[in-house]
Amino acid sequence: MDLMTLTAVQLSSKIKAGEIKVMDAVDAALAVIKEREKEINAFITVDETGAMHRAREVQRLIDIGELSSPLVGVPIAVKDNICTKGLKTTCASKILYDFVPTYNAEAVANLEKAGMIIIGKTNMDEFAMGNTTETSYFGVTRNPRNVGHVPGGSSGGSCAAVAANEVPCALGSDTGGSIRQPSSFCGVTGMKPTYGTVSRYGLIAYASSLDQIGPVGKDVTDCAALLQVIASYDSKDSTSVRLKDYDFMSALKNNCAGMKIGIPCEYFGERLNPEVKEKIWVVVELLRENGAKVEEFDLGMLEYVIPAYYVIASAEASSNLQRFDGVKYGYRTKDDMGVHDMYKSSRSEGFGSEVKRRIMLGSFVLSSGYYDAYYLKALRTKALIKKAFDIAFAKYDLILSPVAATTAPKLGESLSDPLQMYLGDIYTVSVNLSGLPGITIPCGIDSAKLPVGIQMIGNCFSEKTLLQAAYTYECIRNVEGKGRT
Amino acid sequence: MMAREYETVIGLEVHVELATKSKIFCGCSTEFGGAPNTHTCPVCTGMPGSLPVLNKQVVEYAMAMGFSTHCQINQNCKFDRKNYFYPDNPQNYQISQFYLPICYDGWIEIETKEGRKKIRIHEMHMEEDSGKLLHNEWEDFSLVDYNRSGVPLMEIVSEPDMRSSEEVINYLDRLRMLAQYLGVSDCKLQEGSMRVDVNLSVREKKRKIFGTRTEMKNLNSFKAIARAIAGERERQIDLLERGRQVVQETRRWDDMKEYSYAMRFKEDTKDYRYFPDPDLPSVMISDEWMESIRASLPELQPEKQARYERDFRLPTYDAAIITASKHLADLFEQTVALGGNPKKVSNWLMVETLRLLKKHGEEPEQIRFSPEHLAKLITVAEQGSVNNRIAKEVFEKMYEEDVDPEVYVKEHELTSVHDASVLKEVVKQVLENNFKVVEEYRNGKAKVFCFLVGQVMKEMQGKANPTMVGELLRKMI
Repeated sequence: MDLMTLTAVQLSSKIKAGEIKVMDAVDAALAVIKEREKEINAFITVDETGAMHRAREVQRLIDIGELSSPLVGVPIAVKDNICTKGLKTTCASKILYDFVPTYNAEAVANLEKAGMIIIGKTNMDEFAMGNTTETSYFGVTRNPRNVGHVPGGSSGGSCAAVAANEVPCALGSDTGGSIRQPSSFCGVTGMKPTYGTVSRYGLIAYASSLDQIGPVGKDVTDCAALLQVIASYDSKDSTSVRLKDYDFMSALKNNCAGMKIGIPCEYFGERLNPEVKEKIWVVVELLRENGAKVEEFDLGMLEYVIPAYYVIASAEASSNLQRFDGVKYGYRTKDDMGVHDMYKSSRSEGFGSEVKRRIMLGSFVLSSGYYDAYYLKALRTKALIKKAFDIAFAKYDLILSPVAATTAPKLGESLSDPLQMYLGDIYTVSVNLSGLPGITIPCGIDSAKLPVGIQMIGNCFSEKTLLQAAYTYECIRNVEGKGRT
Repeated sequence: MMAREYETVIGLEVHVELATKSKIFCGCSTEFGGAPNTHTCPVCTGMPGSLPVLNKQVVEYAMAMGFSTHCQINQNCKFDRKNYFYPDNPQNYQISQFYLPICYDGWIEIETKEGRKKIRIHEMHMEEDSGKLLHNEWEDFSLVDYNRSGVPLMEIVSEPDMRSSEEVINYLDRLRMLAQYLGVSDCKLQEGSMRVDVNLSVREKKRKIFGTRTEMKNLNSFKAIARAIAGERERQIDLLERGRQVVQETRRWDDMKEYSYAMRFKEDTKDYRYFPDPDLPSVMISDEWMESIRASLPELQPEKQARYERDFRLPTYDAAIITASKHLADLFEQTVALGGNPKKVSNWLMVETLRLLKKHGEEPEQIRFSPEHLAKLITVAEQGSVNNRIAKEVFEKMYEEDVDPEVYVKEHELTSVHDASVLKEVVKQVLENNFKVVEEYRNGKAKVFCFLVGQVMKEMQGKANPTMVGELLRKMI
């Protein structure tokens, strides 16, 4: 039996039943990693020794009955912008190439509490800026479904690792689609929770008002289980929200009867690849056949989401990334010089070109004289986008849309035209601008055998509705065989 | 020779360190000192992924300051990031308030030669302090200590309403007194818990338009502030008189050389790219919260002074001096509560205590003696068991070491001798030894009487009641 084809929940059940040991699961993961990494490059760091050590400890705790959560003993990969105490955390940047955090991110602390085993840290676009995982200082990650293609990004490493069966599940982070888009490209399930659901403490910020950590798994059940592990109120994060209910797994019900689903017409315009469109319509029809009330409507604002997103995200990033200066940690230039020149050289040598582009863009929109014209206007646009969603959610339980206009592009096709690359985020960024939860579920493959995903968007803190709808579709898909990947 | 008459226009930016136990955005201690980088955590050292969480106490202190200076309170205020690179600033941005400061549009009343005057407060805002750089000139490197990084500060920005260094000192005195009374800061200039930047310009008298101003930093005492104002005024007038222009710049005051120097800046224009900190939600101040702070405001100096005059029947002069320091006032009330006569307690504090403070160059906060011991000393002196001179001697000992006056008097056998027979013997001896002086006295030279009293006291090593000695002398001559 190949343990690594099991879902996380299935694997944990076997461990809890005593059929296999935690060490077997870790061994299996490490074996696949050894076999696939040369080709995929999903990981920046693989912590073989730490994982084995931790596996023995967790097994002992299971044996004495102290750990029994749904994901206990499951190996997991963590995106390399989430701090892991004692384990290198680089943000895929030269400027943090040797940075070892002194503390665990709250989400990581939650993984450990639940008895999960961190196998390693996954590759990503540098500082999560990009949607192909090609801007990493540690080389590109390849799409396990077709290694000539990108895995998407910025959580490309996490999604590729799951797709390649290197780990059953992973943590990603999503600022403008960074979990949902690579999940779609790699044919896995990934979720961006409502802003405030998972603590950002220890997530190295790209754009603080948009960033959110989320789960990546093989199916909806794993996503729900993993979300249940990492979601918590955290007094160390001022934007953390205390939820009444953290029992996300109870939402896994196969029933969409009477569910009101809105389809925003403008998301299905010319830009959308016909093959992708066709796969998504299959999902719409299946849900309708199973009792959902589906309706097309005008959401509006689509043409403004990209400029608003890039102004706000870049502005915050330009300030967030100022702490990387060569003084306290990370890369410092080898040239011996005064402090201001040291800053300049360390940053010029330490950051890649996409990061520099966004720092410059962000610094520009915040500079005096331009603040009102760009930054403030973007904030107002953001409020209007949120309002449009509020109006929609007064009518619908959830919104269904594509994740990306196409399937995964070929390696090297995207970086030459940044503006085109930014437009690739058009279906995902408004979810972040509005703080909403969104999930990507695989819904088929195109003629090039590349996965297609569908995005479901819920109202704030309606993760359970979202998970129920996603789970229901997954059940229908598995029975019908349509949209299988 | 000055052809024209000039007026000085001054506005102040005062930074006050708030006396909270923990820092503004993390749980680290604000205690002064400590080995470098021991009062630090991922938040105040700017570690990647760390996040700020606002200390509520800071908001409450700021509100208290706002209420006491007649400010409006912004019930929906926000924190903004001030972006600039410097190694003492671990995130390379300072979390401050720019767009929506917590307090605005207030005033403080000061006394001037022309009477009372309102100095308007433009705004007060909360922000974090930076770390400290230690330069090693010999080996050409710098070290940074983040113990101060994240200590809460309040910046109080006045309007350019002051016209002289007297007004400035008066304003600062009022501000310091307020902060001390509210318990929000100890406001020590020397230790940096109060920092003053002076914005100064000059203009010809009767002109409406302000001149170009400069900002002066590094002012470590009230005296330095007064000297800096005089120096900068002179420098600017000199420039104008020579037909030159004042350049808007930041200058560093060198109190030793009594001159200010323009500070170098790499960039010509500073653009801090202020924007709302996305890590910190708006601070929503409810009516209830505001009212609870307003209701819990302590008695401030003017009310306290009035109460002292009314309830303790202290003269206005005494009441003003005692209440000028919250610490002195507390000591006064505690001693009176222990049974000390208010006027006597006031005398000890106003005369002897202030004399010794001045002599030792200390602040009322540094007083070591307890109200219990002061009360005891007053009782001992009232009962006449020690005379005034000895009481002062004991007090000095108390000031230095907080000795128990009763124990001290007993141990050093300082009690006055009341036994008439013992005194009589001594008086007799003195009269015999000084028969010439006694002759002079009998011949009408009244002045020498004091000499005779002094001789008796000397023999008694000061431990006699002077009144009794006088009576005996008169009788026996």
